[in-house]
Amino acid sequence: MNLNDLPAGANTDHQLTIAGKTYDSKLLVGTGKYKDFQETRDAIVASGTSIVTVTVRRVNIGQHQDEPNLLDFVPPGEFTILPNTGGCFNAADAVYTLQMAREMLGGHALCKLEVLGDEKTLFPNMPETLKAAEALIKDGFEVMVYCSDDPIQAKMLEDMGCVAIMPLASLIGSGMGILNPWNLSLIIEQTQVPVIVDAGVGTASDAAIAMELGCDGVLMNTAIAKARDPIRMALAMRDAVRAGRNAYLAGRMPKRFAASPSSPMAGLAT
Amino acid sequence: MNAIQIELNGRPHPADANYTLQELVAKLGLSGKSLAISINREVIKRSDWSNRRLKTADRIEIVHAIGGG
Repeated sequence: MNLNDLPAGANTDHQLTIAGKTYDSKLLVGTGKYKDFQETRDAIVASGTSIVTVTVRRVNIGQHQDEPNLLDFVPPGEFTILPNTGGCFNAADAVYTLQMAREMLGGHALCKLEVLGDEKTLFPNMPETLKAAEALIKDGFEVMVYCSDDPIQAKMLEDMGCVAIMPLASLIGSGMGILNPWNLSLIIEQTQVPVIVDAGVGTASDAAIAMELGCDGVLMNTAIAKARDPIRMALAMRDAVRAGRNAYLAGRMPKRFAASPSSPMAGLAT
Repeated sequence: MNAIQIELNGRPHPADANYTLQELVAKLGLSGKSLAISINREVIKRSDWSNRRLKTADRIEIVHAIGGG
């Protein structure tokens, strides 16, 4: 067999379907913390992502009105823009922020809800997250939700109608990797909508581990933006997500404590 | 024309009475940009900017997209 003759389906399934729409990558990338908009764009293109998160903030009145806008570099025609509620600490602010974002983006419904608990941990405030999710869904939003890695809360959010469950793997921006694979596995096992690890990925192996657990996708920002070479790290993340997905589908060998020679012992020339 | 005082992105800001949101946006040099605007936390659709007039003490917020994760 040549590489071109791989059986049908052997290297597919790298797409991601959310709320009935299919995207060409299982990697979602944030736009914060880059050196400038050009680097933001270059990293995003290198990552192969289709979905790009942005946040919503007040315009600086009277200053630099001709300065470039983020959306000029990652235009909504080229990427799906996923507005988030970063910086919101209660349900009311999160709902208002996404209503503003929806108007800004011409009415598109897909959004990323995150309601934070405190500035030290940026852990989600789950009671407020549930409250905001309910209000947003009622208002017609398609809610992808940042949440704790608690299967009970994840189930509540899914039952409510969230279109993707996005538990943290470790603290936002910490780069600490996948700290509780068991909880993530419980969530993956029970959830019918996509499960996307959101937060904590630090390097390519973390993304691969998330995908090997059976996640449907990974969302990251700092791991790419704060790498020494963000463009190269974006390439690494693209490959890691694909590698992890293929490894998950291929099914890993069982672990064993004893060695098992790969070369047969019989017939050794002595 | 009478001047009124509004709050714009958290700061006091003078405006002409009877200004529409559209006129405010133009005066700020923000026409044609990707924005959203609220008055007193009510999101105002772009199509309504030209018939929504400013009133004294209105709290206006104008937002745009910036980098975030």
